[in-house]
Amino acid sequence: MTGRIWLRRLWPLAPIIGSLAITSGLLLLFGVSPFEGFGALIQGAFGTQAKVLSVAAFWVPLTLAATGLVVAFTAGLWNIGVEGQIVMGAVAASWLALRFDAPRPILLAAEILIAMAAGALWAGLTALLKTRGGVHEIFGGLALNNVAIILTNFLISGPWQPPEGGTFRGTVPFPDKALFPLLGESRLSPLSVLLTIVAVAAVYFILRGTYWGLKLDALGRNPRSAFLLGVSSEREVVFAMMFCGALAGLGGAVRVLSWFDSLRQSISGGIGFLALLVVMLALFRVILVPFIAFFFSAVLNGSISLQLRTQLHSSLGGILTSVLVLLVLLFGDYRRLGLFGAREGETLADE
Amino acid sequence: MNELEWVRVLASIVLQATPLMIAVCGETITERAGIVNLSLDGTMLLAAMTGFVAGLLTGSVWLGFLAAALIGGLFASILAFSAIRLRKDQFAVGFVLTLLGEELSAFLGQNYSRIPGESVTHWGIPILKDIPILGRIFFDHDPVVYFAYVLVGFTWWWIFRTQAGLRLRSAGDRPETGFARGVDIQRLRYVYTIVGGALVGIAGAAYSLDIKLGWSEGHTRGLGWIALAIVIFGGWSPIRGALGALLFGASKALATVLQRRFPEVSVVAFNATPWVLMIAVLMLVGSDLSERLIVLAPERYRSRLRHVLRVSAPNALGKPFSPGASGEG
Repeated sequence: MTGRIWLRRLWPLAPIIGSLAITSGLLLLFGVSPFEGFGALIQGAFGTQAKVLSVAAFWVPLTLAATGLVVAFTAGLWNIGVEGQIVMGAVAASWLALRFDAPRPILLAAEILIAMAAGALWAGLTALLKTRGGVHEIFGGLALNNVAIILTNFLISGPWQPPEGGTFRGTVPFPDKALFPLLGESRLSPLSVLLTIVAVAAVYFILRGTYWGLKLDALGRNPRSAFLLGVSSEREVVFAMMFCGALAGLGGAVRVLSWFDSLRQSISGGIGFLALLVVMLALFRVILVPFIAFFFSAVLNGSISLQLRTQLHSSLGGILTSVLVLLVLLFGDYRRLGLFGAREGETLADE
Repeated sequence: MNELEWVRVLASIVLQATPLMIAVCGETITERAGIVNLSLDGTMLLAAMTGFVAGLLTGSVWLGFLAAALIGGLFASILAFSAIRLRKDQFAVGFVLTLLGEELSAFLGQNYSRIPGESVTHWGIPILKDIPILGRIFFDHDPVVYFAYVLVGFTWWWIFRTQAGLRLRSAGDRPETGFARGVDIQRLRYVYTIVGGALVGIAGAAYSLDIKLGWSEGHTRGLGWIALAIVIFGGWSPIRGALGALLFGASKALATVLQRRFPEVSVVAFNATPWVLMIAVLMLVGSDLSERLIVLAPERYRSRLRHVLRVSAPNALGKPFSPGASGEG
């Protein structure tokens, strides 16, 4: 029996080992030794102080979007549109940065607010399409993601193109005072880290200690009985989505005002989809989100260095993270599998 | 535009719609069995890459299609196992598979990007292709297009006109009833999910080996999601689904025509058409909008219009099924 209990205790490591094994296999397939590959990946993430700061800078919008998604998921909503909400936040912040002039603190505050509003409105549109239009949020969100990306391309190649001519690269760099103050030479803004910590704490508090959090939870668990108990599902759906959209929009502002210094073609670059993976791996618990987001950020930044070092496509990092999430989803719970003499429904306390 | 040009545009719409028709048929039978395979976009990308590379290495497009079908079936079997045996959230697993398929296609296909490869050869059907106008539009293509026609008709006949189709629909609509009548619901769901996935794989290869030749990163990105939306718009019927695919093809062709007519409007603005159209058609079939439009019509057409516009999903779509306490979990 003791062997079984040890296996049960160690089981959470199985998905990690499995995903490392699969990515190692892919590295070998392309003639790179896994030691060299993962070495380059870790070096790329943590090798120098600048690289650690870069991981942290990427972590900020990822954590913001994932934190918002926890709220949407709690209400039972699949906000795939988070990617578009990040983009719209970036677009709105860019508009202010390009077109308006004000003292720095006022300009920054206005940029943050308008980015959050734009993300919230874009999410609210998805929510209304769901409640009023009968369009599932997966399809509404996905379509609006593409519309947002197309809008960005339109702005970059049209009204906001640099004076030297239309490129698909991006707008002119924003004036310094429109950008977040950065830490040294890095792309990390302490202000955005502070806002992220506040967001995580706020969501933790909302879901744990407020009536609204309780209503969202009821809606997510069973929409029909929540309705019978008097939870207005439409209002909660719209608000939960808009809350998520506001945080995603803030993430978009961070992308243009500190990671870049202008509006670029792929301004989000898949952060929204990555955030969905983060939340799934965190089992929808906000307190785990910052840690998992940090791990993902390290893998993704590391795999870009891996590409520079070994000429292998940087999608290896994405493969590692999505295989990990897939294995956790499938095999994370050994009780479902009936392994090690466990029955389904049995809890850890039964050991 | 003269007549010849119109015929050419219509023929290109049919050609563009072909892979979507195949993918929509695959997903339709999967969803009719009660399983949502959300991984279409990633599966199609990975299958497009696999089909292209397999075709290049073996020198045979048909082996390319076979490899793509196997990859599609493999991805679908992961989803089927998680949904049926493990009773996991189908959206979650499907979404992760979407991302995984996309990343894998980028990684595994990195050395095969933007190089010439195999392609399906043009073959007009003798006699039929000489029918005025219609011949040029429908029968002057290649075997993959004709396969799509046959598949749409066959799938429709299978779902609505056979005993097996009745069992298939029972698995998605009322699994308890089907089970009580001796249908092995779980096995049936496995079969249709995997066959559906294989068809999605073929659809992916239909792009890289035929309609949108070659491979580069993100080659078919977005089209899997379009196919998923068309399944809903098609009311889970292959023939309506095929019409949806043609409508999508038509919107793309229309955008091209409009772009030529109004060159001052930015090119990228027209790229938004399919997505706006996607929201519009889903609203049309999903909300009471259709009912409001129907009452505007003359009374004698209303019931027929209702029949055309209204759709309803299989009742047990996306819900795990437990065949009683004695069955497997």
